[in-house]
Amino acid sequence: MINSLFLINPSGEMFLEKHWKSVVSRSVCDYFLEAKEKALEPEDVPPVIHTPHHYLISIYRDKLFFLSVIQTEVPPLFVIEFLHRVAEMIQDYFGECSETVVKDHMVMVYELLEEMLDNGFPLATESNVLKEMIRPPTILRSVVNTLTGTSNVGDTLLTGQLSTIPWRRAGVRYTNNEAYFDVVEEIDAILDQSGTTVFAEIQGVVEACVKLSGMPDLTLSFMNPRLLDDVSFHPCVRYKLWESERVLSFIPPDGNFTLMTYHVNAQNLVAIPVYVKQSISFFECGSDGRLDVTVGPKQTMGKTVEGVMVTVHLPKTILSINLTATQGSYTYDNGTKLLVWDIGKLNPQKLPNLRGSLSLQAGAPKPEENPSLNIDLKIQQLAISGLKVNRLDMFGEKYKPFKGVKYITKAGKFQVRT
Amino acid sequence: MTDSKYFTTTKKGEIFELKAELNSDKKEKKKEAVKKVIASMTVGKDVSALFPDVVNCMQTDNLELKKLVYLYLMNYAKSQPDMAIMAVNTFVKDCEDPNPLIRALAVRTMGCIRVDKITEYLCEPLRKCLKDEDPYVRKTAAVCVAKLHDINAQLVEDQGFLDTLKDLISDSNPMVVANAVAALSEIAESHPNSNLLDLNPQSINKLLTALNECTEWGQIFILDCLANYTPRDDRESQSICERVTPRLSHANSAVVLSAVKVLMKFMEMLPKDLDYYGTLLKKLAPPLVTLLSAEPELQYVALRNINLIVQKRPEILKHEMKVFFVKYNDPIYVKLEKLDIMIRLASQANIAQVLAELKEYATEVDVDFVRKAVRAIGRCAIKVEQSAERCVSTLLDLIQTKVNYVVQEAIVVIKDIFRKYPNKYESVIATLCENLDSLDEPEARAAMIWIVGEYAERIDNADELLESFLEGFHDESTQVQLQLLTAIVKLFLKKPTETQELVQQVLSLATQDSDNPDLRDRGYIYWRLLSTDPVAAKEVVLAEKPLISEETDLIEPTLLEELICHIGTLASVYHKPPSAFVEGSRGVMHKRLPARTGSCNILIMSKLNSSLLSPQLGGDIGGSPAMGAGFGAAPTVMPASLNAPVGGGLGDLFDLGGGVGMPMGAYIPPKTVWLPAMKAKGLEISGTFARRAGVIQMELVLTNKAMSVMTDFAIQFNRNSFGLAPAGPLQVLTPLGPNQTIEVSLPLSTVGPVMKMDPLNNLQVAVKNNIDVFYFSCQYPISMLFVEDGKMERQVFLATWKDIPNDNESQFQIQDCHLNSEAASNKLQGSNIFTIAKRTVEGQDMLYMSIKLSNGIWVLAELKVQAGNPNYTISLKCRAPEVSQCVFQCYEAVLKN
Repeated sequence: MINSLFLINPSGEMFLEKHWKSVVSRSVCDYFLEAKEKALEPEDVPPVIHTPHHYLISIYRDKLFFLSVIQTEVPPLFVIEFLHRVAEMIQDYFGECSETVVKDHMVMVYELLEEMLDNGFPLATESNVLKEMIRPPTILRSVVNTLTGTSNVGDTLLTGQLSTIPWRRAGVRYTNNEAYFDVVEEIDAILDQSGTTVFAEIQGVVEACVKLSGMPDLTLSFMNPRLLDDVSFHPCVRYKLWESERVLSFIPPDGNFTLMTYHVNAQNLVAIPVYVKQSISFFECGSDGRLDVTVGPKQTMGKTVEGVMVTVHLPKTILSINLTATQGSYTYDNGTKLLVWDIGKLNPQKLPNLRGSLSLQAGAPKPEENPSLNIDLKIQQLAISGLKVNRLDMFGEKYKPFKGVKYITKAGKFQVRT
Repeated sequence: MTDSKYFTTTKKGEIFELKAELNSDKKEKKKEAVKKVIASMTVGKDVSALFPDVVNCMQTDNLELKKLVYLYLMNYAKSQPDMAIMAVNTFVKDCEDPNPLIRALAVRTMGCIRVDKITEYLCEPLRKCLKDEDPYVRKTAAVCVAKLHDINAQLVEDQGFLDTLKDLISDSNPMVVANAVAALSEIAESHPNSNLLDLNPQSINKLLTALNECTEWGQIFILDCLANYTPRDDRESQSICERVTPRLSHANSAVVLSAVKVLMKFMEMLPKDLDYYGTLLKKLAPPLVTLLSAEPELQYVALRNINLIVQKRPEILKHEMKVFFVKYNDPIYVKLEKLDIMIRLASQANIAQVLAELKEYATEVDVDFVRKAVRAIGRCAIKVEQSAERCVSTLLDLIQTKVNYVVQEAIVVIKDIFRKYPNKYESVIATLCENLDSLDEPEARAAMIWIVGEYAERIDNADELLESFLEGFHDESTQVQLQLLTAIVKLFLKKPTETQELVQQVLSLATQDSDNPDLRDRGYIYWRLLSTDPVAAKEVVLAEKPLISEETDLIEPTLLEELICHIGTLASVYHKPPSAFVEGSRGVMHKRLPARTGSCNILIMSKLNSSLLSPQLGGDIGGSPAMGAGFGAAPTVMPASLNAPVGGGLGDLFDLGGGVGMPMGAYIPPKTVWLPAMKAKGLEISGTFARRAGVIQMELVLTNKAMSVMTDFAIQFNRNSFGLAPAGPLQVLTPLGPNQTIEVSLPLSTVGPVMKMDPLNNLQVAVKNNIDVFYFSCQYPISMLFVEDGKMERQVFLATWKDIPNDNESQFQIQDCHLNSEAASNKLQGSNIFTIAKRTVEGQDMLYMSIKLSNGIWVLAELKVQAGNPNYTISLKCRAPEVSQCVFQCYEAVLKN
């Protein structure tokens, strides 16, 4: 099982280590640092590294490396999932996951890690359970604690840990009972030069924020559940009922959680909300090139496309650029050669355009690679797959909860090739 | 208020200050001090000097303080074992605390203190906790057994904790079950042969129930454990599959992949025409696709596994090509894996799309990726014949870009395309030659030289081109040198008049000025060939080349089967069996059968799971490069070790044969093809078994259907039910030329290692030649094993017949047999089935017969023959009733031939 955990910052400094079994020397990380040196970008460090006596499984998240050391045959996905869980836990407790935050709460992070694993076996990884054992810091509480001498550590046995619904704590009480669901869809797409869709799919997620007293038993149904042929659920969802009746029936965890994720297959037609007309060309002779990009709405189901942003990694040999945008503004970082054009809202009457000249370094050959355009966008009140929530029913409790559903469509990995 | 304040004191007297604070009377101050100590510890500072002071804080009601002290203890107890004893009493007391949280905490912490002296004190509290009324304590205690085992395995066994742990698998609480399984799995890893996780249908049922109710991590442990189970039949297999399928929708990708493993393994057992089989196949695709939208690290592991799955069952993902399209901001390790899978999924239906993508990738920034993409285009051409033309033109386009590394990769793959489709695309040679100067990598240079040499007659200035390479001969890498030598010799054979000088030059460079033995030897061989017999030289050097195979990089089928059983593990990421890299390899799942023979140690692995349907013999030979050499030497080594015992045995058998007056006419089944040429790179093996003069012989016909000569034949058997083993080397002394056939008869002994096979008369064989090692399995008629002294005394027969319980009797019908009892009896005697007595009752002849097998098993038979009725009834009695079926088949075969 998981032997040790090291947190490493991008410059290669280890700032936290935790061992669940015998202590493994820090020097084991040298293998990892070596691999890191070899990789061009921190993202490119291979996630599984083999050393003579250990395996190093790492993730790169929030500009930190989470490196685990294992000694026996352990499913790597198990380890990677757990590492992501650690990162989420830090995010959840302290609002962000960064080196400073971890250093600021070193002891608490250490206590949390101790609760999450025992001898390398996961013990408590549900945020609900952890929070009951070790209360997250708030300014108010730390003041109270100093005054009264009470602690952040709960001293009662958690009922949730042993029941068959470990994700929910007992005795939840709210004055306002509310349940909100966000249906968030991200479009992953690759469009080629001519605008034809090479590949497109929708990654959807239903995020929930449930603040209900007692033990509510919820049933969420969709108008068109047939759309979803591939779903992953939070453990609370009763799979049998989904199989037979296509409804989500569950006793929710308390607070924020991801109810389900789904993806709508590439086989189904995916509506592409924008089109991009672009040309990036370099002249055969001389050291100049031109760039001309126009973005326009396509299948938007009558909604406005907002937050449109175009990102281009220009070739390394570019010396400078001189562009004008008819809408929004652009920034260009000559160090990373990253061009970002922030357009904002898309106006169908007057299409935004960015054009101008690119100049290459003197003597540099015509760039070989074609830069890709990355598109960001947002559409409020629309799930692009057409998914709609039908109704939410609550059983098991007497009060009337306040319910709400929100839809949003975003661009995921949305690329346009040139 | 943050913890960073704990790091601010870096003064010299820090330790003293902390010491004072730890001994303070105020609780709050104490706690702050312990926190400071822990903070220092987490960043690797040595605060072990404070050990006694911290341990003093342990006696407290404050849970947080207690936990902090425990944290400290776990870290430093190892370095201060004597001091740690001081803490024991508190632990023992805490294990009795009314609060289950404290009981669990105490037993958990105690297990983490890796000090031998402490473990002794731990046993009693642990035993209590394993039986605690509170499941939270029980599940913590289960893990503690694993911890203790890690420190002192003997102690755990002596104290009987393993049995208690096994009992916990039937616990009422799913969390406890999951932890018990996890702990047992971990312990089992260091105990390859123990039957810790001996699963039976009842325990499987328990696990499946717990699977639905335990945490996601517990589900992973349970699924991994289930994957080790072998269902009794397809029905059980299906019912397990049905109960595991919902896990495919779990949000945790590790759960999903472990479920995929169970399903991939168990569906092997399902009949392919079953509706459920099709449903299951369809259900597997979506979760695999979903894994690809997760974080890149998860994607990587998923892709490595998908790579195995598409090799085993390409139908699952054949429609999902698009999800493997590469996004430009994927990390490089994801890109390379996706590319690999795209090639595997490429087919005539989707080749246009794939090619368009690959062409796109070939213009990306990342050099490694671009190279692989270009190479992939070549692989597409070789795999999908219809696309070859388009691939070649794509490659030519890429060569036009003049990007150095693209051109070089393209030339390397075009060489392979020429090999695959001779006389089709040679028109592009001119374009290739234009780029000669830009090639600086050995592989590309070698490929180009090969092309020039191979097509020398079509290239006008071939001699000039090759000469230009010759100038820097000694600076080239060996690969290029060898290729250059061969190419110039080819050129000479094609155009002898103009190139005499050139060939002289290269031969002298290779033989006189080089100290590379390979190069020198090859040079000498060519030299001698050319000087003694130019015609022979032509035949050798310009010989027709065997075709190259369509799929490259395929994992060898048996290794693939093993890896499928390891989906989701490190083995699946490395594509190597666990034994190849896991320290202290776990023999639990990995069944290897070392069959020692002389100095060459050949391991013919049994199929991992005998229920896997593949009819092929599972096999992987040793795995070390030294293996080839060992096998090559085999013929000279084997007789020495095998002949000795067999020699004596043979003598005995001959004597017996004389005594009985061995009649002719023993039944020999017709020859069948055991190993088709397709599966063995051109070597076809057919054969049969015979028993001649008391010697079992395997009669083999080897046919070489490949283009090249085959030599160095050797044969080896896997363990089998009756210990059959070659009694000598395979006598193929002359090389086997193309289209040549040779008949060999291999005497067999029955003193080899024994292992029960299914079916009983199954024999798994490995045959090796200079090209590779091949595996096949065949079934021998059990009559080969009937020995000549198998005639039982009448009295003994009667007594034995009575003695063998009736349960061991089996009855069979032999239909359509038109022999009378006399003829039948004679015929059977030819195969060492002896008639002891004959009785006629109401026109029905009853023949009583006995058979003795080479391993001493007696089979008694009663054959009823009714005049005019072509159907015989036969009853067989034997102390080992398993053989009855085989014996019956023999009767049938003998009587009908």
